[in-house]
Amino acid sequence: MQAYIIRRLLALIPTLIFASLIVFITVRLIPGDIIDLMLSSNDIGADKKSRVQLEAALGLDKPMVSQYFRWLGAILFEGSLGKSLWQNTPVMEEILHRLPITFELGLMALFVALIVGIPIGVYSAVRQDTVGDYVTRSFAILALALPGFWVGTLVMVFPSIWWGWSPEVKYIAFTQDPLRNLAQMAIPALILGKAFSAVVMRLTRTMMLEVMRQDYIRTALAKGLATRTTIIRHALRNALIPVVTLVGLQAPVLVGGTVILEQIFVIPGMGLLLLEAVSQRDYPIITGVFLVVGVAVVLINLLVDLSYGLLDPKVRYR
Amino acid sequence: MSAPLLSVEGITVDLPTPRGPLRAVDGVDLTLAPGSTLGIVGESGCGKTMLSRAVLQLLPKRAKLGGRILFAGRDLVTLPAEELRRLRGPELAVVFQDPMTSLNPVLTIGTQIVETLQAHLGMDTAAATRRGVELLAAVGIPAPEQRLRQYPHQLSGGMRQRVAIAIALSCEPKLLIADEPTTALDVTVQAQILDLLAREQQRRHMALILITHDLGVVAGRTDEVAVMYAGRVVERAPTPRLFTRMRMPYTEALLAAIPKLDSPPHTPLPAIAGRPPDQTRPLKGCSFEPRCRYADERCRAAKPPLADPERLGGLFACWHPL
Ligand SMILES: Nc1ncnc2c1ncn2[C@@H]1O[C@H](COP(=O)(O)OP(=O)(O)OP(=O)(O)O)[C@@H](O)[C@H]1O
Ligand code: SF4
Ligand SMILES: [Mg+2]
Repeated sequence: MQAYIIRRLLALIPTLIFASLIVFITVRLIPGDIIDLMLSSNDIGADKKSRVQLEAALGLDKPMVSQYFRWLGAILFEGSLGKSLWQNTPVMEEILHRLPITFELGLMALFVALIVGIPIGVYSAVRQDTVGDYVTRSFAILALALPGFWVGTLVMVFPSIWWGWSPEVKYIAFTQDPLRNLAQMAIPALILGKAFSAVVMRLTRTMMLEVMRQDYIRTALAKGLATRTTIIRHALRNALIPVVTLVGLQAPVLVGGTVILEQIFVIPGMGLLLLEAVSQRDYPIITGVFLVVGVAVVLINLLVDLSYGLLDPKVRYR
Repeated sequence: MSAPLLSVEGITVDLPTPRGPLRAVDGVDLTLAPGSTLGIVGESGCGKTMLSRAVLQLLPKRAKLGGRILFAGRDLVTLPAEELRRLRGPELAVVFQDPMTSLNPVLTIGTQIVETLQAHLGMDTAAATRRGVELLAAVGIPAPEQRLRQYPHQLSGGMRQRVAIAIALSCEPKLLIADEPTTALDVTVQAQILDLLAREQQRRHMALILITHDLGVVAGRTDEVAVMYAGRVVERAPTPRLFTRMRMPYTEALLAAIPKLDSPPHTPLPAIAGRPPDQTRPLKGCSFEPRCRYADERCRAAKPPLADPERLGGLFACWHPL
């Protein structure tokens, strides 16, 4: 198992190099450019000299290849993602400050997805083709169909019109007041986890139906085990193996969702940072955020692969 | 003869298929005395598994079951689920065809034995584990303590089938149904497993239904044999009698076709020309008629009943017995 983990980690190196290249190049393909933006916002007027000066100051006059290697070198040897073009603050510091917030939101959404999706999926499979099954499946489709930004906007707007209640707008850090922080994060986490829980529910249902047809379930029943034991101990453990894969696959989707919900609920996470940076063409921040998200997704998938071992002994004893 | 342990009366099993209902079991009657052995023999698809699943009340969800199944005086068809659950294990047990799929891949052998003992005998984990070791040793598994901690994929097919047998025997059932217990196994292992079953059956004075597609397997190992074709019992007789004087042309064909030991499971018997009939489209006459070399007009016109017209102690369903 240890050798396996080391092998998996080594295999990540080319993936990460490739990801860093893509991130670096695509960010520079965003139309519009920082110099124009700086010049116009400073009312300097686009004069040739100041443009060249600015380019030199930001290191943008060098060829892209050398820009890339300088960027990569700084990451590897100094742990630095450069400085924000506007604020002049270290990008790494900014990201490390925001990362836990987004991570908390994502984790809560994942929790919602599993805690809602798995039991309902099991229920729906056990009650296949009954009213309960149809109702839960219809709700799942609804949850998938309603866009998160739309639900989020409704939650922001209607309760305040009807009852004068609106979600907290000022962000409260977890370290400051854990309970109020959790309460504040709960609504965006629910909305973020909504579609995910529907996907989990549908996969759990499908897998349970598949597993319940297996011979070993018949064996369990033939041994005189209670239905509940058979479902939970014998069927669910097998059905959850692909659900774990799904969690890995959905991780990037979840990240995408946080960008939007952080915006709506004014949560100062990575998503909000990214949106601000994109609108200002703040390349170091954009590349930094993308890179950190990429690394996170890759690591999550590694964790997912390793956690198969917990559920599937065939993987554990490989 | 003592009161029967199992008495199956007019069992029918209908399965929904895209082509309409399929009658997998078509009016089967069987009786089995305590401690006795019955062989059920027939080609792949003749309904052997469905019949045993009917007895266990473990049919597919959409299956329709007709008839009565009396086990130790109780009708299993109408028995409440909880009573049925308490019966499975201590009274009624089964070993399935394919040991590769009949054990749960994510649970240890130990868990799968211990949970059975705990469900019925109320043993604590330590006692159940000790009993599990004894059971594994009894079915011929070396180093049983270590095996308890292993998972099914770490065991060979023959070992897994031994584990399945140990689980089935764990609560001392009165009736064990073994559904083609050796079909999926290596030739060399088959005889060992059959001998193990016979030994345990005698030692425990347990009734045994041995299902197989191989007439050779039941010879010398069962008291009585029922031959099935297209969902029906077409011949039933005490084993020695069946082999000395078989009456049904299908049984004769089966005997001629005793499969080579190494042919894979579910292969149609090559020595009998043609295939079994489509059970969604029942024939008016004898269902073996299209393949029978003795068939005539009468066979096409009406189904022969399962009867003993000569009162010789063997039942057969044929207009022109051998
Ligand atoms: N779940 C199912 N749904 C519909 N038809 C089925 C189902 N399972 C089995 N059948 C059909 O029912 C009939 C009887 O099947 P059964 O499994 O009892 O045969 P068998 O005698 O045990 O054969 P084998 O030797 O291959 O195990 C076959 O025609 C089969 O195609
Ligand atoms: S009834 Fe006719 S067709 Fe059927 S087995 Fe007998 S001889 Fe053959
Ligand atoms: Mg079968």
